[in-house]
Amino acid sequence: MDYTAIFVLGIIGALAAVILFVAAQKFKVVEDPRIDEVEATLPGANCGGCGYPGCRGFASACVSASSLDGMLCPVGGNATMAKIAGVLGMEAVVAEPKVAVVRCNGSCLNRPKVNTFDGAKSCAIAASLYGGETGCAFGCLGFGDCVNVCNFGAIFINPETGLPEVDEEKCTSCGACVKACPKLIIELRKKGPKGRRVFVSCVNKDKGAVARKACSVACIGCGKCAKECQFEAIKIENNVAYIDYEKCRLCRKCVEACPTGAIHEIGFPARKPKTEEPKESSVEKKITLTKE
Amino acid sequence: MKTFSIGGIHPAENKLSAHQTIQVASLPKQAIVMLGQSLGAPSTPIVAKGDKVKVGTLLATPTGFVSANVHSPVSGTVAKIDNVVDASGYKKAAIFIDVEGDEWEESIDRSSDLVKEITLSKEEILARVKDCGIVGLGGATFPSHIKLAPPPGSKAEVLIINAVECEPYLTSDHQLMLEKGEQILVGVSILMKAIDVNRAVIGIENNKPDAIKHMQKLATEYSGIEICPLKVQYPQGGEKQLIDATIGRQVPSGALPIAVGAVVQNVGTAYAIYEAVQKNKPLFERIITVTGKSVARPSNFLARIGTPFSELIAQAGGLPEDTGKIIGGGPMMGKALVSIDVPMTKGSSGLLIMPTLESQRAKMNNCIRCAKCVSACPMGLEPFLLSKLAGNAIWDSAEKNHIMDCIECGSCSYTCPSGRPLLDYIRLGKGKVGGIIRARNAK
Repeated sequence: MDYTAIFVLGIIGALAAVILFVAAQKFKVVEDPRIDEVEATLPGANCGGCGYPGCRGFASACVSASSLDGMLCPVGGNATMAKIAGVLGMEAVVAEPKVAVVRCNGSCLNRPKVNTFDGAKSCAIAASLYGGETGCAFGCLGFGDCVNVCNFGAIFINPETGLPEVDEEKCTSCGACVKACPKLIIELRKKGPKGRRVFVSCVNKDKGAVARKACSVACIGCGKCAKECQFEAIKIENNVAYIDYEKCRLCRKCVEACPTGAIHEIGFPARKPKTEEPKESSVEKKITLTKE
Repeated sequence: MKTFSIGGIHPAENKLSAHQTIQVASLPKQAIVMLGQSLGAPSTPIVAKGDKVKVGTLLATPTGFVSANVHSPVSGTVAKIDNVVDASGYKKAAIFIDVEGDEWEESIDRSSDLVKEITLSKEEILARVKDCGIVGLGGATFPSHIKLAPPPGSKAEVLIINAVECEPYLTSDHQLMLEKGEQILVGVSILMKAIDVNRAVIGIENNKPDAIKHMQKLATEYSGIEICPLKVQYPQGGEKQLIDATIGRQVPSGALPIAVGAVVQNVGTAYAIYEAVQKNKPLFERIITVTGKSVARPSNFLARIGTPFSELIAQAGGLPEDTGKIIGGGPMMGKALVSIDVPMTKGSSGLLIMPTLESQRAKMNNCIRCAKCVSACPMGLEPFLLSKLAGNAIWDSAEKNHIMDCIECGSCSYTCPSGRPLLDYIRLGKGKVGGIIRARNAK
């Protein structure tokens, strides 16, 4: 029996093993083992909501950071951040949970269509071409770019209103929809105590009469809400009101003051019916919103 | 017969308003003069509410380098300066002027006599072009004084005049050549003097044989001007395509026509420059085609800037009952209007009214890899690939595949048997990639 073949192959194998061993030693990349540990605690959604490229990017950023201040995995939230703090032996910084809020209430009923867009069904394309199918050039286009980018199935277009709605249970406030919206309608706002919050559901910068003509529930920049607010949380800029969620104390006086019903309250228990209610219909609408 | 070498399509010509004499459109009751009428920044108004203006009075001055003067198209009182919905549905600033009579600035020579002798020097011509607010009238509305001053280190060798009018339906340039041929040739001579060249080529597609013949006869009296008949092929009016078709030079990717020694101007611009230089008349009116299969009287109007489109449509026989789309410009590159109350601007070359059935897009199906879009693309691009890359947001790859070279002619979408909105996605990609490139260059 000729053993030459076995002998030659054996030598080649041994040589290759030596070369591989030497190469592995020489080109070894020393990686902090804590990166793996931190990555294991992360949800693995790779959504980029933290601002880093994927979960591993965030993990290595956490390991090399001097403190966890400003670092937040929006998907895992504070629980995950506490685990990371445990792994790294650092102090966890509790961040207020946020949620995506769609600031447009221009449903087909409130904001009638004045033309039809028959190009490719994409908000980005429509926005680069023209102002949109309605008289309001600021509002939601309704082609669902936000829905397409959501990794968590947390945003969907309501077929009745044609507007996107956020499922608060699923929303991780990663901010993908905020970046996708060409009209800058979606905003990450503080979830608020018991999920209660007040916001202006309009971004129309047109003058009052023009905005109102295009959409019955537009903010007309009248400033009544700002006058009513005792906490200086409301600012009127470019004919549109904005409520600063850091200053807002959820007193809801602005909701009552708004003549067009542009200010929405969410998560509050139903109001007691008053004897004289001037805007019954709009209040009813808000109550239905709270039930979502 | 000559034409450009890569791609191209031949859509139905439908030149319904051909040979309709240019009619002077009636004055509007109120002129709405947009401040952003040229490429670049909107101009800065220098009049205020209540000011009396005459036809030709300067209303607004340039803001920044790429911007142009805007003159009053009517005489009357400035009613307000306010935002108005423009053709794209966005609100833009405009000057509203209530029309009273039709009194022109005295400095404008209103006689119809042909002034052949060019007395102004090169510098004076450029200054006059700038003062009169002349912009490219082919549709891109690039301020002409910038185009006529080539960047240092480059030298123009030949002037190319775009008279191909390759867009279906439009006939304003055709009719202008038939009626104002002499003036155009003087305008071309002025342009030649301004950029210091002794050769000019006027490219005309051979679906306008009468214009070719007429211009050839007139051009014998002008030195250095030749007429170049071209095979009918869209988009021959694209700058790079026209240079290829007329003088056989290819402009490299990312370069300007001046890189091959060419300067391209539209025939309408040549006429506006004749009027500016020889008659001291600012650009406040232009020829516009109002047309469509269902329009009662397809016409070529000489209309004042700021006239609402609705008034022009009324003069062409009114809006047909079955109207699906109204397009500002031609059917290939024009944009659908959101309202007919928007005013005419310096770039309005046509108004096309389409019946519902014709205006609808074909149903979108899957790409069948037939590569018709690749054969049609006049820039030698791969539209199916670019649209996919843009749809999936792969911007670096889109840039490597020369998405920025796209001239948005729409030949790909037109030719696609699956009805895919290829250009929609490519245009989106161009916007994004352009932004990325600008951000990178700014660093």
